[in-house]
Formats: sequence, C-alpha cells, structure tokens
Amino acid sequence: MEYVDLLNCMRCGMCLPHCPTYKETFLETASPRGRVALVRKVQDGELEVNEQLLEYLTLCLDCQACLSACPCGVNAGELVAEFKCEEKGKGGLSFMEELVLRKLVPHPERLERAMIPLRLYQKTGLQKLVRSLGLLKMFPPALGRMEGLLPRLPAKPLRKTLLEVTPAKGEEKGTVGFFLGCVMSLIFSEASHATVELLSSLGYRVITPKAQKCCGAPNMLGSDLKGLQELATFNVELFSGYDLEFIVTDCGGCGAELKKYGHHLPENGAAGSFSNKVRDISEVLALHADDLKGKLKPLSRRVTWHDSCHIAHAQGIRWQPRTLLNLIPGLDVRELNEADACCGSGGTYNIAQPEMSDLVLQRKVNNILATGAEYLVTANPGCLLQLKKALSETTPRVKVLHLTELLSESLAAGLRPVSLRLKTEG
Amino acid sequence: MEPSFIKELQGIVGARHTLTDRESLAVYGYDATPELESVPGIVLLPGSSEEMAKIMALCYQAGVNLTPRGSGTNLSGGSIATSGGVVMQTSRLNRILEIDQENLTATVEPGVITSSLHKAAEALGLFYPPDPGSMNISTMGGNVAENAGGLRGLKYGVTADYVMGLKTILPGGDLLKSGGKAVKDVAGYNLSQLLISSEGTLGVFSEITVKLVPKPRTKKTMLVHFPELEQAALTVSAIIAARIIPATLEFLDKVTIRCVEEYAHVGLPLDVDAVLLIEVDGHPAEVEEDAARVREICEKHRCSFFQTAATADEALKLATARRVALSSLARLKPTTILEDATVPRSCIAPMLKFIQETAKKYNLTIGTFGHAGDGNLHPTCLTDERDHDEIRRCHQAFSEIFDMAILMGGTITGEHGVGIAKKPYLPRLVGETGLRVMRGIKGAFDPKGLLNPGKVF
Repeated sequence: MEYVDLLNCMRCGMCLPHCPTYKETFLETASPRGRVALVRKVQDGELEVNEQLLEYLTLCLDCQACLSACPCGVNAGELVAEFKCEEKGKGGLSFMEELVLRKLVPHPERLERAMIPLRLYQKTGLQKLVRSLGLLKMFPPALGRMEGLLPRLPAKPLRKTLLEVTPAKGEEKGTVGFFLGCVMSLIFSEASHATVELLSSLGYRVITPKAQKCCGAPNMLGSDLKGLQELATFNVELFSGYDLEFIVTDCGGCGAELKKYGHHLPENGAAGSFSNKVRDISEVLALHADDLKGKLKPLSRRVTWHDSCHIAHAQGIRWQPRTLLNLIPGLDVRELNEADACCGSGGTYNIAQPEMSDLVLQRKVNNILATGAEYLVTANPGCLLQLKKALSETTPRVKVLHLTELLSESLAAGLRPVSLRLKTEG
Repeated sequence: MEPSFIKELQGIVGARHTLTDRESLAVYGYDATPELESVPGIVLLPGSSEEMAKIMALCYQAGVNLTPRGSGTNLSGGSIATSGGVVMQTSRLNRILEIDQENLTATVEPGVITSSLHKAAEALGLFYPPDPGSMNISTMGGNVAENAGGLRGLKYGVTADYVMGLKTILPGGDLLKSGGKAVKDVAGYNLSQLLISSEGTLGVFSEITVKLVPKPRTKKTMLVHFPELEQAALTVSAIIAARIIPATLEFLDKVTIRCVEEYAHVGLPLDVDAVLLIEVDGHPAEVEEDAARVREICEKHRCSFFQTAATADEALKLATARRVALSSLARLKPTTILEDATVPRSCIAPMLKFIQETAKKYNLTIGTFGHAGDGNLHPTCLTDERDHDEIRRCHQAFSEIFDMAILMGGTITGEHGVGIAKKPYLPRLVGETGLRVMRGIKGAFDPKGLLNPGKVF
C-alpha cells in the first residue's frame, strides 16, 4: 500500500450508494470513503490501531463495488485488506490461522481428505437426522451456519476425476490451461466439468495440471500475504511449464486473485505474464459467441444473472455473461435490479459477520424474487453457496446454477441422455 | 461534551444512532471539500422529524452548535462542524412520502437520495429535472439547502425552480411551514425561497414538496468537436440566439480532452480545442427540427466533427467523454480542487481564456469543463495537497478567477455554495449591504448563532 493511494481518495462520496454496508447503516465508518480515511488517519498518526478501528475495517465485504464507482480508481477494499495484512504481519498468525492457511489450504490432497467426513455425514443420512432433529441449535453458531450452507457434495472432487489433458472436440483451435478452484473442485465439480466440456467442444485442448494449488484468496482474506505469495509462486512456475493461450477459471474469486499475481509478486516477471493470460470462462466463451450460437439448443426458462463481485467489480466483466445467456434460444433473461450488488457471501464474511451478511443477502433475495425468475445464474462458488441456501427457503424457490451448467445444458438439450441412447441403440 | 448531555441526546435517538467513539467522529470531520476538516463532538442519526426537532430544541437550550449533514458530498465545506458540537445526519429519513399525480408534486423526507426521486417520478411518466453530479448519493435536503444545479439547468433550471413547499425545523425546535402544493401563493414573504440555498444556517428541512413535470417524450444527443475554442463558445451563444434551448449543453476544454483521452480512450483527437455535448429533448418533431438546426449552426462555426446518436446506447457512448471528465482529471494528481465560477453565458469565451491565462501565470494545471449553456464552469486545479507552494498558487489563481467572474457580472459559486471555502470572496460579490441583510436574516432565525456556525459569512 502506497500513501498516495490513500491521498487519491478525494472524498467525493460517489462510492457510498454502491457500498452494501453503507446502504444498510448510513454510517461513514461503514463506507469505503470512511475506511480509506481511517487507514489514512492511522498513517498520519491521528488514530491508532485498536479493536474498534479493526472492527470497522472488518465490516468491509471487500466486494469492490466502490472500485467500480470511484472516479479516481481508488480500491478501498484492497487498501483495507492490505492494511490488515500489514497489521497482521506485525502480530503473526494465530494457531488456527496457521493451521488453516499454511497447513491445509496449500495442500489440495489434505483439503480433499478434510471433506471426507462431510461427505460421510451426508451419505450416511446423519445430516438428515441432525437437521430433522434440530440438533443444529446445539452447534456453535458459526458452525451451524457453515453446516447450513453445505450443498450436496459430489462423490469425488474434480481434481481426481478430470483428465490432465482433455482433447479438443473436432478441429483443435488452441490449448488452454484450466485452473481448478478449490471450492469448485470440491463442491461444484459438475459445473467445472461443464466448463471443460464447453472449452473442448469449442476446439480447445484443455490442460489441467494436477499439482496446482489454491489461488491464495483465503490467505488474503486471512490477511496472510506471505502465504498467498508462496502459493502464487508455485502456481506461476507450474503453469509456465506449458504453452498456453489462456489460463481459464470458472471461479470468480480465483480469477480475481490470479489476475493480481503480477501485483503481488512484482519481482517475478513470469507472474505478470501468468496474470495476463488469466481469463474468466465467460471471457473465453464470449470470444466464440458466433460458434456457440449455432450449437446452443432452446431452453424455455426464466433466468436472471447475478454479477459476482469478483467478476464484475474486481475483473470488470459484465457484458460477456449477459451476451452468453442471450445466445440461448428461448431463454427469458431478466435483468436483476442492483445486479452487481454483493450477495453477502464475501468468502467467509457470512460466517464472520452474520448480522450484516444477512442484511445484505436479504436485499439481494428481494431483488431476485422481484424478477420472477425460476433460475438464478452466477459464476462464483461463494455466491453459489450463499444463494443456493437462501433461495431454497423462499417462496417460490429459485434454482441456482453456474453459468457453464446452464450453457452446457443448452448445448446438450435435444440430445437424449447418453445412457438411454446407448440402450435404444443396443 | 458533558456526559449527561450525551445521555439526553442518546435518549432521543437511541444508542445505536449515537456515535461518540474517536474513530467515528474522525470520519465525520470531512465532506467532499478538499483541505477542510473539523472533528465534531458527537454524531446523531435521527429516525424521524420528531427526533430531529427534539435534538434541535435540546441543543439550542444547552447552547451547543449543530451542523446538519446529508451524505457529506458538499463541495464548499458546508457540512463540516467548524467548531465541534453536534452533527445531525438526516440519511435515515429517506421516505418518498407521496407522488401526487393530480397536482404533479412529490413530497419527500430530507434524506431521500436525488436519483431515487428521479426513478420514482420517471416510473410514472413524470420528471424531476435537477441532476447535480452527485445525484446518486446527494440528499434532497442537501440539494435544497445548497440550491443544487446540474447538467439540465439550462433548459429546466435548478432546485429552487422546483421547490413548492417546505417544512423546516428552526433552531429551538419550532416547525416552520412555508408554501405547499398551490401553484400561486403570495401570502407574506416567500420563506421557501429564502430557505433554499441557506446552506443549513437557518433551519433543517423535515419535509420537502417539489414540482414535477411531464417526462420529455424523446431526446437527441450530439457530440461536436471544435479546432478553435472561440468558435465553440460562439456556437453556444448562437444556439441560444436561434431560440433553441437544449436540455444539456456541456463543454470540455483542451486540458480536459487530453486527460479524458489518456484515461478513457474514447477517440477524441488531441488537436481539438473544445468539445460540446448537446442534448435536445421534447416532442419528436421539435427535437428533429432542433437537432438539424444545431448541426447547421455547428457547421457554420467550423466544427471538425459532428455526430448524432441514433440509439440510447450510442447516446450514452457520446456522453462518455463528459461523464468521465472529472474522473479523468482527478486521476492525474492526488488532489483535485473543483470550483464553480459562473458567468453570464455571453462571457464564456473570455472567461475560458482568462482561466487559461491565469493557469499559465501561476504555473498550474487547470482543466475546465462544465455547463456552458448556463455559464456555470468548473475550472479544476490538479494538484497535490503536500505541495504547499502549489496549493498557495492555486488559491491565488482562483481568487483572481472569482474576481473576474464578478467583474463579468457573474458569481463566485453557481451551485456549490459559499460554505467555508468561498467565505473570503462573498463580501466582494454582495458588499456591506448584502452582508448586513444576510446577517439580519440569520439573526431572525437563529438569534444565538448555533445552527451551522462559521458558514457563508
């Protein structure tokens, strides 16, 4: 963080109406302008770092809606995150943080093993029992919230089942790398599977280096810059070993973090070129809109698109997913009011700040219901988790899909399921 | 501040809406005005006009200063608590109370955001024209207190042209009602007009009734480049002389054009001296005819490029250069000092020339853009608050620019208000008599001088 980044805030207030926490509280301390001012006042020696100050800064969702709104390009969310990192650097990680951010997150196989008990918990019917008996009330509140967010887990994480090289269907147009998001691979493996399918059917050979590690976004959330840099260095080196046109991800959070590797590793030249190659799946698919148009089959549904913060604000991707949805014949695409407002997920924010998260979520849910959509489409696992849970409890219920799930469904529509076809052909 | 007094205030609005911690107070010390800051003693966020009246009564009784605040987007320091005391933020009073489709009026609470009134009115085919640059966050209370203008000022006027009635809480807590929904009303002094642009020094609005107009049926947006500044300015006068009143007639100068192009790459040629953004609205036939005549006039004045938007999307694209003007300038240097010297529109060309000369004289970067149609210019000095010498030169330059504006029959502020920032220049404009009358009015409303002290004069 440079002091001039703080000076660049001219306090015009343009960020205020876009900040989810300001909209709920009207408090200057809960606004991007206020947070930048707090950090600056610490640097100026007018305020000291204390619990109250950190509490105000921690209320930031880091959704970066303020960045989209700022005339001067001040990234308040990032300034706050970096400030917290610097403060953290002075105190070091707590035992739990050390355990999660250094011992668990950087090791995909440990993460996968950690999911086994959860899978068993669901598979054995224990989850059903716990939920029906209301035993959740006996969990500590944070754990209870986490349990509630958990959707049905896939039998195996995608990293285990996906081929290292997925060949192109038809004429090969190029080679791309696929970055497996941890949550996408562990929980939403079907969506990521669809992503690879789409790339392959557009003529891309898809390489998924199995040794890849977490993008490091959890470390940034935990104010652990060093941990993030270690992961970034590893991933940059790994992917540099391949000749790739793009490095594609279908996780908004990973995409935003991967695009910042160059910023986080200024000394590492390869990090800059790695970041330049990173693309959200919607960016790549939108390049092939004409090709896709010929391939997509009609789906008669009412859908609405939620701009994930990490996609719209952090990466500036807005028209691409909308263009892709409009390619699907028969799809009734309805624009969502405040489409680019945060859903309150914010990584682990919904666990750490339940009260504010719920307020922000409720506003989102109301806007979604007002569209009359049957499906909510988005492209970030945090939003998927948060909205799947919330929209399963509304009347009417709204189904939640990743963009690539919907696209691949449209791609396959009209075809009978493979197993059926085999039988009749036999 | 006495703990017992804090407790009394807290009793009115509740603990959640009473801020006393050091961190909170520190960030209520500023608004959008560069260089100015003063930390209040306490911040209150009342939830009703009754609570506002109680706070104001209590403060007046106790002899404590009170500064009203909306979203804190003031550009003249008007919402800064110069001598501490209470800051009262009106954001929670944000209900649109009524849109009366028979009388074409809207009644709102002071914390309503300007653009939400726009949306609510437009959903019913109605229109609330004032559109200050901060309309997505500025409050209606603040807009009335500052008499906010905006891009549509040329054709549609400013906030004062729309306010019909006010409910105002006076220092001491009494409620003053002025005006209402009647179009004609000459009973006694026109107190509403007196309260508009009083900058929160006479009272705090608890309810505002504004006039709405039918939404224009269509509009046409045009972007024009001029190789010569003089010709652009003459075009502005010629359009008006041809009896065409565009809804928008905006201007960018060379420095601004360069910054815009550098930042947004919208395709502005760098050899252009001025750009005009023109929008005509109204009945489709009239719009068509006006647009054709505007084109003729621009061509007569040797414009080098003329484009009319065919679709709403294209219109948005054409307006990009103007929309990003301030942001492009602001990105160049950390500190942006945005002024609003205003002249009669016949003086735009000489005023622009004078601004450029003054910038050169003091070795400053000043980009000018603004509402050419109504003579309201925004000379914007790009500087760094750590460079004390440059800041000093900047203030000297603006002092001369304000003097010139006065000399030309204009004013020191077209829409930002006097607040703290323009206080030194007000006597030059209104003279001793003007100040005496203003002080008399202030005394009649606020004998103890406790409401938003230290502002205007």
